[in-house]
Amino acid sequence: MLDVAVAYNRFKFLGDEFLTWLWFIIENDPGYLKNMSPAKPSLEIGNRIVLENRHQQTVESITIKGDDADLEEGILALRKGAVVIEMNLCLKSDDQEWRFTIKGESLNISGFKTPFAGPVDTAEDIEGAVIEKAYLYDQAIQLIDNLFKKFTKTRISNDWQNKVIPLIRKWIYAS
Amino acid sequence: MGLLSSSVSITRYRVEGNLEKPVIETVTAALKKDSISEIDDHASELTVGWTSFDNPYQPSFEGSSFVFGTYLIFSLRIDKKNIPSKIIKKYCAIEMAKKMEVTGRKYLAKNEKKMIKDHVFNVLSLRVPATPNIYDVLWNYEDASLWFFSNLKVANEKLESLFAESMKLKLIRLFPYTIAQLTAGLSDLELDVLAQLTPAKFTE
Repeated sequence: MLDVAVAYNRFKFLGDEFLTWLWFIIENDPGYLKNMSPAKPSLEIGNRIVLENRHQQTVESITIKGDDADLEEGILALRKGAVVIEMNLCLKSDDQEWRFTIKGESLNISGFKTPFAGPVDTAEDIEGAVIEKAYLYDQAIQLIDNLFKKFTKTRISNDWQNKVIPLIRKWIYAS
Repeated sequence: MGLLSSSVSITRYRVEGNLEKPVIETVTAALKKDSISEIDDHASELTVGWTSFDNPYQPSFEGSSFVFGTYLIFSLRIDKKNIPSKIIKKYCAIEMAKKMEVTGRKYLAKNEKKMIKDHVFNVLSLRVPATPNIYDVLWNYEDASLWFFSNLKVANEKLESLFAESMKLKLIRLFPYTIAQLTAGLSDLELDVLAQLTPAKFTE
């Protein structure tokens, strides 16, 4: 097994590619997500996406912020060789909504907001609230984990180079 | 940020190894052994320890109070005294002036200045209360998974070292490579392919 710090740095690109692939899936194949769970979840890009273009000497960052922001600049950045390094997502399932930001290099989650859990008025309410909240976090984390597993399987297969990359290129250069 | 906050950050870990049975008693003993100690009346600048999720300022782990359904939930508390550098500078200048007046000298040696600085820091540390920072930990023992409710590098490092010391178990941080390696169910052959991957080129 690789040293953890070495593996973290060596494979940072894997998470960035996952987010870039996920954006492609969200835009081009929403059915992919709906087939992942009986609850037929849907994912949308939230209010922030950060891309990074690493040249030999310099690093260029492109941040697009705002609700319903035009992501055209992001596509342009992809065309220039950038990848997504951070993405805010909105997950909807069974009339419930989760919002969170994922960072590519770590897949750490921040700004994680779940659907409303019951109020905590007394000390006795805490246990129920904690279990409910943990369940709600787990719903979103499991979906992301399952997507990452599917991405990984594809990434290490011949399909990645032969099918997925051409489709992503087609999307990037479409407009 | 607490587990019940409206917005949280989560760093995920895989827990490697098993605890001595009975598990709850082992965890109770480990949490008690390394529970947070108050430093307000001490010269210490920093202290790190476990505390109760629902009562972080009066830790108690009695009666399996950290067991919530199938989860073990407690908190990491990091208390740090933050003394503004300008205050240290002010009192150092006062003390140095006093010393020069008493000795009749115009300059102080480097080690004398250092001793004065250490003394000033210790005196101020006794007067300044430590600021507590609390980070919740949710441990699913059966699943060998642990969520830490912070993405802060320092807090994560403190968690990893204290957890290893208290529980005698190793935390493996989950990031793209470790998630792929440990949770994606890849065969040995697929793991070899994974280890050889290089960045893809999305452009033509």
